[in-house]
Amino acid sequence: MKKGVMRPGHVQIRVLDMDEAVKHYTDLLGLIETDRDDQGRVYLKAWTEVDKFSVVLVQADEPGCDFMGFKVVDEAALNQLEKDLVDYGVEVEQVPAEELKDCGRRVRFTVPSGHAFELYADKKYTGKWGVSSVNPEAWPRGLQGMKAVRFDHCLFYGPELAAVYDIFVNVLGFHLAEQVLDPEGTRVAQFLTVSMKEHDVAFIHHEEKGKFHHASFYLDTWEAVLRAADLISMTDTSIDIGPTRHGLTHGQTIYFFDPSGNRNEVFCGGDYHYPDHKPVTWKAEDLGKAIFYHDRVLNERFLTVLT
Amino acid sequence: MGRGFQVTNRTTGDSFACGDGQSVLKAMEQQGFKCVPVGCRGGGCGYCKIKVVEGDFECGKMSKAHVPPEAIEQGEVLACRIYPLTDLIIECLPQPAAGLASKQTTTKALR
Repeated sequence: MKKGVMRPGHVQIRVLDMDEAVKHYTDLLGLIETDRDDQGRVYLKAWTEVDKFSVVLVQADEPGCDFMGFKVVDEAALNQLEKDLVDYGVEVEQVPAEELKDCGRRVRFTVPSGHAFELYADKKYTGKWGVSSVNPEAWPRGLQGMKAVRFDHCLFYGPELAAVYDIFVNVLGFHLAEQVLDPEGTRVAQFLTVSMKEHDVAFIHHEEKGKFHHASFYLDTWEAVLRAADLISMTDTSIDIGPTRHGLTHGQTIYFFDPSGNRNEVFCGGDYHYPDHKPVTWKAEDLGKAIFYHDRVLNERFLTVLT
Repeated sequence: MGRGFQVTNRTTGDSFACGDGQSVLKAMEQQGFKCVPVGCRGGGCGYCKIKVVEGDFECGKMSKAHVPPEAIEQGEVLACRIYPLTDLIIECLPQPAAGLASKQTTTKALR
């Protein structure tokens, strides 16, 4: 049911070396640097995004993800969602406007898997990068590297998936698009959407709390995914796996790592989800095919290498 | 590549050359050895943690979650972020990542 959560809005990623990270996310992924703040954080966006930033890099002693933010339709929805979270027993934290530059107040909460999320209603609207909002050209010139189209979703690893499901589905209005069930019927992976996309956020069961598997960026075509693979080789960037296709979501994908060991994905294609769609189920026994549709075998790294 | 140094893994018995300025993990991968697990290759995930038993090296940046300062003093470092200054003797450590994996109760079904 619609509760006013609209879409993924931002992710704050911890990096060990800011200069290397900025080079990776701009020169290789093709994000655009839009600002920096007095904490030394660097703000980036993909070219089709209308708000000022979607990726925030912060230098830290250990890599990983600080939080992922979702934009909600308006302040009234934000107030209601905040109340709904509190009524559900979720502890919320107020992050004042401008803590992130040009972003309104944020309501932050941590789900039982150990991951922090935020809701916000306002962020500076800067429009798509390099194209006009009137008679826009097809794409802007001057994009770098993989020319990422948008920040798309994150995958997190942690425990308590059922409790996380309850918050996302019952309180925030997400839908379960795809799931992996073990032989006892326990859900060990959940792909949740608040849109027509197959996932806006996903979780895979893992005993340790709060682990970050990847941040994903959308590309237009399979050709663009292959070109991304070329760029990964040209730049001697650490590759995980791909290009290949997922069973889950059926997206075409490649995984690689940023210079601090955070995993990135660029992908294209994939299925769609309407609210009347029932969840797609994959059996845990067939997880190899569910995750890597062509190899049908998991690489151990995909399940265990996290930040 | 310069003259390079020899890296010997005394746990597995493997030995390979490592060029000047090259990380131990990269040298191992390039020469087709598999005696250290390969993760993110960026000092972040802790998967390639080893103990340097003998020899000198320089360190790149590594996650403090996996390599706190006291670990570096004991030679417990990430193979992807060490650059030999002399020949090295290394050994494998009980894997923190693998240890975690074995504790993954529900996720066992995924493997």
